[in-house]
Amino acid sequence: MSACKCNAHLDDPRAEKLRQIITKYRNTNGALIPVLHEAQELYGHLPIEVQKAISEGLNVPLAEIYGVVTFYTQFSLMPKGKFKIQVCMGTACYVKGANSILDKLKEKLGVDIGDCTEDGLFSLDVCRCIGACGLAPVIMINDEVYGTLTADQIEGIIRKYQERPV
Amino acid sequence: MKSIAELNQIKKDALARISGNNGFRVMVGMATCGIAAGAKPVFNTLAEEIKQRELSNVDLTITGCIGSCRLEPLVEVIDPLGRRVTYAKVDPQKAARIVAEHIVNGRICLDYTIGAALSAPN
Amino acid sequence: MNIYRAHILVCNGEKCNSQNAQAIYDEFKTQIKKNKLEEELTVVQTGCIDQCSQGPVVIIYPSGVIYTMVRIEDVTEIVTEHIIRGNVVNRLLGGENINLDSVIKSLDQVDFFKRQVRIALRNCGVINPESIEEYIAYDGYQALAKVLTGMTPEQVIEVVKESGLRGRGGAGFPTGVKWEFTARAKGDQKYVCCNADEGDPGAFMDRSILEGDPHSVIEAMTIAGFAVDSNQGYIYVRAEYPIAVKRLNIAIAQAKEHGLLGKDIFGTGFNFDLEIRLGAGAFVCGEETALMTSIEGKRGEPRPRPPFPAVKGLWQKPTLLNNVESYANIPAIILKGAQWFSSIGSEKSKGTKVFAVGGKIQNTGLVEIPIGTTLREVVYEIGGGIPNGKEFKAAQIGGPSGGCIPASHVDVAIDYNSLVQLGAMMGSGGLIIMDEDTCMVDLAKFFLEFTADESCGKCPPCRIGTKRMLEILQRITDGKGTAEDIDKLEILAKNIRVSALCGLGQSAPNPILSTLRYFRNEYMAHIQDKKCLAGVCKSLMQYVINAEACRSCGICSRVCPAGCIKGEKNVPYVIDQTKCIKCGACMEKCPFKAIYKNA
Ligand SMILES: Cc1cc2nc3c(=O)[nH]c(=O)nc-3n(C[C@H](O)[C@H](O)[C@H](O)COP(=O)(O)O)c2cc1C
Ligand code: FES
Repeated sequence: MSACKCNAHLDDPRAEKLRQIITKYRNTNGALIPVLHEAQELYGHLPIEVQKAISEGLNVPLAEIYGVVTFYTQFSLMPKGKFKIQVCMGTACYVKGANSILDKLKEKLGVDIGDCTEDGLFSLDVCRCIGACGLAPVIMINDEVYGTLTADQIEGIIRKYQERPV
Repeated sequence: MKSIAELNQIKKDALARISGNNGFRVMVGMATCGIAAGAKPVFNTLAEEIKQRELSNVDLTITGCIGSCRLEPLVEVIDPLGRRVTYAKVDPQKAARIVAEHIVNGRICLDYTIGAALSAPN
Repeated sequence: MNIYRAHILVCNGEKCNSQNAQAIYDEFKTQIKKNKLEEELTVVQTGCIDQCSQGPVVIIYPSGVIYTMVRIEDVTEIVTEHIIRGNVVNRLLGGENINLDSVIKSLDQVDFFKRQVRIALRNCGVINPESIEEYIAYDGYQALAKVLTGMTPEQVIEVVKESGLRGRGGAGFPTGVKWEFTARAKGDQKYVCCNADEGDPGAFMDRSILEGDPHSVIEAMTIAGFAVDSNQGYIYVRAEYPIAVKRLNIAIAQAKEHGLLGKDIFGTGFNFDLEIRLGAGAFVCGEETALMTSIEGKRGEPRPRPPFPAVKGLWQKPTLLNNVESYANIPAIILKGAQWFSSIGSEKSKGTKVFAVGGKIQNTGLVEIPIGTTLREVVYEIGGGIPNGKEFKAAQIGGPSGGCIPASHVDVAIDYNSLVQLGAMMGSGGLIIMDEDTCMVDLAKFFLEFTADESCGKCPPCRIGTKRMLEILQRITDGKGTAEDIDKLEILAKNIRVSALCGLGQSAPNPILSTLRYFRNEYMAHIQDKKCLAGVCKSLMQYVINAEACRSCGICSRVCPAGCIKGEKNVPYVIDQTKCIKCGACMEKCPFKAIYKNA
């Protein structure tokens, strides 16, 4: 893994926001997970510098924070793509052929599960049920949900995002 | 809230608004599945059409999951007499027609109803 | 967006269709094209509009004129006279007998809905979930008022006990008894928690309740707080449910604003507050002790029980934990009484259960049925049967902790006890229907992949055991299994069941044991004959081109990502099996259906 390109140095403007988040939760019981959620929203992922800042701010050992971050699949140590693709691999979607959707995405994007395309545009992940099982198989790109998919539709959907102005 | 009387007053007012104003109530199923199936543009079109036609007797609202995912987006229209019509697989174009025909002209769009959707060949 | 001046509806119901309705539809299309009216008019086929004796029926909107017994020769007249000149064709009018009232127009007239009994979902699809007034309009917060102003905590617990409500989160523990334990526990501080983690992949009952009727959960938790003497609640919601979280936040804020949460509710001196905590994508956090560890901000690992949460739960304080659906029933029980509730359901299990019905079934969706309804009713009457003329093979119930019910037991009445007898469980409400195209070994592998992946790693039976079972299943689906593998699976399964620390590990073998019980022949086919009868397991199946049906068009060769299909004009194409990656693209694209799966 090359050096992190996201400029998560703590002198960038997000550092101040992070401090505010920590202050907001300082007196809350069980503050760590809410803080991590908000920090990830801010940075897109949770690089070690951010974890260190949280460790100091909340007075929780870094090792414990790292343990929590790696325990939960929602938290990521790696940067994600501008468009986060999540393929639902819940039972309903699986039974309805989610595998072929996933294969198609891997083929079209040229990446494997958990990776990000070289241009940083897409990252590919699987998830467990987004609760739209009636429309299985389902994928989610950032906040948009696409249901009753067939492998044929994938190319068009990806193109739509590629053509979006950055 | 300090008393049951206060609660009952809210109840009375809300009931009057929901069912007693001689108007239409239009509900769009906007839970995750409805939104995934395209309920947002449907809601926006309904709102737009209602506004353009200056219909003041229509209460357009979101609602939760009606349960029939396969037929989403679902739109329910309750007319001033309390009669319910459920429209299935609604898109913006259909939404516009529902306003024009059902709400303005009182004619149900038979081809969009849930009965039609269920008996149509897939 | 195209707004049409008029719509021509042609009934496409069965009866009309048998009388040439399709040809009439086509003729309208042709005529409209001929008259260059495509921009202004559209022709649509509708489902049966219940005028079968007078079919085929054509309706013209916006005027709403109904033409009956239309023949193909009449189409020209309708188009030129009615559409172009604006004159109604009187001789085709149906007259007085036409009555559209009997047409199915609303959801409550449809079988899918008529057979349901909605208690937990009573407000879903009825009220605006972002408006507390609408919840109040439909009797919202009346139960809380009744409890706070006229009942003692003991009375509340007694009603819940008497109703017979059992936990809807999976284990089915009697809710009233749990409340009683927590009420009796000694502690200066107690907590009330709601499990909205909904980990079963393929289930979305709790999400729908939170998105459609969040106040019902808030009201019930407040009632629970009064019953067990707690003033602080937590709702633990999966982070994958952003809309549910948003609506819950709105609802909590509204309840606080109206003084239905907070201090001195209804002027009775009772205080109760609620907070939302987000999960972060760990299935094990649905387990009660892990959930509490996670709220505490730690890795969501389960703790040994006892002590049970009712004694030592969140931050070591007595804690009551119930599932979303369990809570959603509470206000209705308080208002309508225990007797009313226990009159619904079966002998031993009272009330209703919500199921998320998905998979290979016509009407996917959310259904709430009295406990004791048969699986047959759910699949065929409510669910509308299996699509594409396929056969019902089995239903998977209870997700990764559950089991399957084969077609031979389709008449089972769904309740807690009958399902356990069949080696399945009620679970939280995921009900996935499978047809003949599902391989049961592959399905077991799917669930094992899930549990192995989600195992928190704290106890060895679960951490290591699920991995070993998964490896064996992988071998079998690869066609490398041996007869001993089945024995090994069974031994491992039984050991893990009794030795794992929490419910995740203890129930992880269920999908294997259940498929072995009913579909052992499929395991044997994989092992002995090296065949996957459903044609799912890629290692055991080949794509083959039927030389007689092949027209040598070359499409398959062009779409093949591995470049392993060769052939030439007038010579049937052939797939090189050594290079084939079994993606199925060729079969999908072959215009002559000449490619098939050889299982
Ligand atoms: C691995 C595992 C996952 C669970 N997941 C859930 C869940 O997602 N939702 C839920 O309500 N209960 C879940 N449970 C059951 C809870 O431990 C607990 O029994 C339940 O929430 C209690 O509420 P109830 O009595 O109202 O059913 C799970 C249990 C286990 C062992
Ligand atoms: S299983 Fe895919 S959305 Fe539920």
